[in-house]
Amino acid sequence: MSTEQPAIQRRASRKSVAFTDEKLVVDTDGNVTMIATQDDDTRDTAMSHTPRTPPLSAALGAFTDAPQAPADGAADGAPAIADDGLDLTLLKKKKKKAKKEDAEGADAVPAADGEEAIDLTMKKKKKKKAPKEEDEFAKKLEALNLEGGEAAAPAVDENVQDGDMDKGTGIWAHDETKTVNYNPLLSRFFALLSQKNPDHASTGTRSYKIPPPQCLREGNKKTIFANLPEICKRMKRSDEHVTAYLFAELGTSGSTDGARRLVIKGRFQQKQIENVLRTYIMEYVTCKTCRSPNTELSKGENRLYFITCNSCGSRRSVQAIKTGFSAQVGKRRKMRV
Amino acid sequence: MSGEIEIQNLKSRDPFAEADEDSGQTTQTQEYIHIRIQQRNGRKTLTTVQGIPSKFDHKKILKVIKKEFACNGTIISDTESKGMGEVIQLQGDHRLKIKDFLVDNDSGLGLDEKTIKIHGF
Repeated sequence: MSTEQPAIQRRASRKSVAFTDEKLVVDTDGNVTMIATQDDDTRDTAMSHTPRTPPLSAALGAFTDAPQAPADGAADGAPAIADDGLDLTLLKKKKKKAKKEDAEGADAVPAADGEEAIDLTMKKKKKKKAPKEEDEFAKKLEALNLEGGEAAAPAVDENVQDGDMDKGTGIWAHDETKTVNYNPLLSRFFALLSQKNPDHASTGTRSYKIPPPQCLREGNKKTIFANLPEICKRMKRSDEHVTAYLFAELGTSGSTDGARRLVIKGRFQQKQIENVLRTYIMEYVTCKTCRSPNTELSKGENRLYFITCNSCGSRRSVQAIKTGFSAQVGKRRKMRV
Repeated sequence: MSGEIEIQNLKSRDPFAEADEDSGQTTQTQEYIHIRIQQRNGRKTLTTVQGIPSKFDHKKILKVIKKEFACNGTIISDTESKGMGEVIQLQGDHRLKIKDFLVDNDSGLGLDEKTIKIHGF
């Protein structure tokens, strides 16, 4: 458990492109995380009474309720915000919670180094997920007990702005007349915002997801990139453009077969194709201004390609795909030269 | 605009290269140094470095590199590379190492990192 939570935690160099189909997210730097869909469900049902505030307010560095939040919330919350931006909503929420609970697991962070190594196998991650869920749940329960116990005590105190807003205790009690301080109010606002309006709170922090490339080996020397049309459709780019880029970057050539699959000469692993696609997205899909992937590539006036962003309206030119120098490889060298 | 990008992309590969293009300096693309990789048979690869400024002595660079990376390599002349300039071609995947070498101030060429583009997987 403690070996993989930090893996989620350590996402300082997170970038915006992820390959996913269901629950697997591959970060650009190779981190693999799961989007916990069921995980969130459990939280909504069984854990609905868990204080929702701490994660968010921990990031704000202002909450007196959660005793363990300031300790690492202040330390971790900041990087979480400063981190590279585009992220998943679900993930984000979960991440912060995980962070908070991981106060004592913080020393296990170095263990994540091994985790950071790129592994894209789904099975591996899926296996890991189950114990994590339970563990998190248990931890949360503990935290709940802890907080519940403490919230009751200071609520009696005059000056302490305390209480659980979800349960309506302490300062959040309905008939409470005490003025509520700014910080708790602020954190309450954000908590409610993220609760009622999960999409709104996370605009711009979602990672861009495309289905992972499917790579098959044809014979010994060719790779089939099976779902190129699908990916292109997702990115709203023409097959030819992506193909040209792939060939230029990989320094090979290839063709398309009957089922519109791309046949690339040379042996390539899914990981490698992913990297290239990632750079493609960075260069030709994401808007540099607002980082939105919702862009269109069009040929401008003078043979230049332009990217027009659909969300912020910015327009910029992109470099044409150039193959550059490629060395002659293979037996035919003498024949051709 | 560039400010935001710098902050957000500090850790990414080469935020500046694109940013430069944005500001209309596309004419300078010739000055990029491209580091590419090519697959040969089996696990073998070739690394090609294109666009090292001509003020450097390519032969000497190659000599140093060959020793340092323990690999063989050649210089592909302008005529052979079909007008792409002199290209240093090394055996094996040395993309990162060669980038370090190009950037390094003490034992390398001390070039600007943003003029270097690494291609390939």
